[in-house]
Amino acid sequence: MKIAQDFRGSVIVAILAALFTLIAPSILEFFTIITLTQVIGLAILALSLALVWGYGGILCFGQTAFFGLGAYAYAVAATNIGGSTGAILIAILVAAAFAAILGYFVFYGRVSDVYLAVITLTVALILYSLIRRTSGPEYKIGNALLGGFNGTGAPPINSPGDGAAMLFPEHTFYVAMAALILVYLLCGWVVKTHFGRVCIAIRENETRAELLAYDTRLYKLGIFTLGAAIAGLGGVFFCVGVSRVTPDVFSLSQSALTIIWVIVGGRGTLIGPILATFALYYLTSALGAQQWLNTNLVLGVILIGFVLLVPKGVIPSITDWADGRRERRVSRSRERRMRVRRSRATAGTEAAE
Amino acid sequence: MDLVLSLILQIIYGIANLALISLGLAIIFGMMRVINLAHGEFLMLGGYTVVVATNNGVNLWVAMLILAPLVVGVFGVIVERLLIRWLYGRMVDTLLATWGLSLLCIGLVTSIFGASTTTTISPPLGVVTIGEYTSSGYELFLIGVTVALLIAVYATLKLTKLGLLARGTMQNSDMAAALGVSTSRIYMITFGLGAAVSGLAGGLLAPITGVLPTIGSVYIAKAFITVISGGMAILAGTTTASILLGGVNGIVAFLTGPTIGEVALLLLAIILLRLMPRGITGRFFKKSL
Repeated sequence: MKIAQDFRGSVIVAILAALFTLIAPSILEFFTIITLTQVIGLAILALSLALVWGYGGILCFGQTAFFGLGAYAYAVAATNIGGSTGAILIAILVAAAFAAILGYFVFYGRVSDVYLAVITLTVALILYSLIRRTSGPEYKIGNALLGGFNGTGAPPINSPGDGAAMLFPEHTFYVAMAALILVYLLCGWVVKTHFGRVCIAIRENETRAELLAYDTRLYKLGIFTLGAAIAGLGGVFFCVGVSRVTPDVFSLSQSALTIIWVIVGGRGTLIGPILATFALYYLTSALGAQQWLNTNLVLGVILIGFVLLVPKGVIPSITDWADGRRERRVSRSRERRMRVRRSRATAGTEAAE
Repeated sequence: MDLVLSLILQIIYGIANLALISLGLAIIFGMMRVINLAHGEFLMLGGYTVVVATNNGVNLWVAMLILAPLVVGVFGVIVERLLIRWLYGRMVDTLLATWGLSLLCIGLVTSIFGASTTTTISPPLGVVTIGEYTSSGYELFLIGVTVALLIAVYATLKLTKLGLLARGTMQNSDMAAALGVSTSRIYMITFGLGAAVSGLAGGLLAPITGVLPTIGSVYIAKAFITVISGGMAILAGTTTASILLGGVNGIVAFLTGPTIGEVALLLLAIILLRLMPRGITGRFFKKSL
C-alpha cells in the first residue's frame, strides 16, 4: 500500500514534467531551450548520484568520472559511426563497464566509505589530467581527435537509423527531457524493488544485511554500475547540449557541484537533487555574470552551511517538517476530542446525581 | 653511468616531492581519521604567502621556511576551532565540510588576488652538473628538506611530551581523555601542525610550480593516493607509499612519458588497495609511527 502510494508520487511528478516539456518551447526563448538541454544532462548526473549515494549509501565523490567518460565515449563513437543511436548505447556501456571494473576493486577489497570517496574523486582527477594532455594529433580514436584542453566536438543527436536526419534543438530538448523522466521513473522503480530495498538495508546497516545472507559487495557493485550508466547518459545530453566536450567534465569543481546538488536537494530523495540542479545552475550562471561575488566562494558557503545546519537537505527537511505538523495536529485534535468526551462524561454523571 | 645517476636522482626527487605534499595530509589523517579535502588549498595558501611576502620585500628563505608554515598553521587552528570541531565522529560530514572550505578558499583567493598571478619566483640555487647532465640545485635542496621534515616529525612524536600525548590520543582517544589529556586541544594542535607542514610544502613548491587559486587540484590527487595507500601510520605510511608509488611513477614516466606515469600511479594504488584495504601500514609495519 505504502509502496503504491510512494510510486504514485513519482508518476505525478513525471506527468507534471511531461506537461512542462510540451509547453516549454512555446513559452521559453530558443536559447533557453538549448541551455536547458545541458542542464537536463546535469540533472541526470545528479539523479545518478542521488541513487548511488542517497539510496545505496555509496559515497561516490567522482561520479563525474562516469559522466565525462559517457560524454567522451559518445563524442568519439558518434564521430566514427556517423549516427547517434549506437553512440548513446556505447556511452552508457563504457561508463558502466568502467564503473564495474573500478567497483570490483573497491567493493571486493572492502574499502571503507571514506576511502571510497577519495578514490573515486582521485579517479576523476586523474582522468582530468590525462585527457588534458591529449592535445597532439597523435591522440585520436578512429576519426575523432581528443583535442586535449580544447576538447572535441560532439555531433548532435539524429533520428534512429538515419545518420543525416539531425534533430532540431527543440527536438533534442524533447528527447533529453523524455530521458530524464524515464530515468527518474526507472530510479523510482528500482528503489522499490527487492534489489533496491536490499541496497537501502545495506546503507542503513551493512553488517546486519550481510548477516541476513545478502552479498553486500555484489549489491553495492550493482547499484554503483547502474548509477554510472545513468551518469554516462547524462554526459551524452550534456555534451550534445554544449555540442562540445572538454576535460572540464572531469574537473574538481564539476565533482564538487554534483555533490552540492545532492546535499542541497537531500539524500534519500530523487526529485530533490534534480530540482537543486536546476536551481543552482541558474544561481551559478547569475553569479558568473557579475564581478563582486566569486562563484566558488558562494558554493563553498552553501556546502558548509548545509553540512552544519541542514544536513538532511531541503526536500527531506520540508517533508519532515510537514509530517511533524500533521502529527502534532492529529494528536492535538485527538486530545481535544478526549477532553470533550471527558467533560461530557463528567456532566452526565453530575446530572445523574 | 651519468644517465643512470641523473635518472636515480630524478626518481628520488619524485619520491621526496610525493612525501612533501602528502605529509601534512597524513598527519591530520593519522591523528583524526579525517581526510582533509582542503589540503590542496592549504598548499596553495602556503604558496601565496611566499609570493605576497617576497613582493613586499621579505627574504625568500624567510618567507618559505618561516612565514608560510606560520600563516597556514594559524589558519589551520582557526579552521579547526570554527569548523572541524563540530564534526568529530561524523567522518562523511567532515569530508564535505572540508570540501566546502576548499571551494571557499579558492573563491576568497580569487576575489583578492585574481584568477592568475603576475609574479612568479624563480627557483634559487642554480644548477648542479652530473657529467653531461644537469640537475636543479633547488630540487636537491627539496630532497634534503623533505628528509629533515620527516626526521623532525619523528622526533616530535617520539621525544617530546606533546608527541607522547598525541600518540596516546591516536591509539585510544577515550582512554587518553580518561587519563586527563585534553584530546580536543591535542586535535587542535595536530590540525594546526598538519596545516603548517602543508603550508611549508606549498611555500617550498611555489618557485617551481608558480601559484594559482586552483593549483591545489594539481597536488591533491597524488597526495590522496599516497596517504590512502600508506594507511594510518603517519611516517611509515607516507614514506613507504611515496617510495613505492614515486618509484613506479618515475620509472614508467621515464619509459613512456608523464601521462602514463600518473595513470600507472593510480592503477598501482587501486591494485594495492584491493590487496591491502587498510593501506600498506595496515598489513606491514603495524606498530610503527
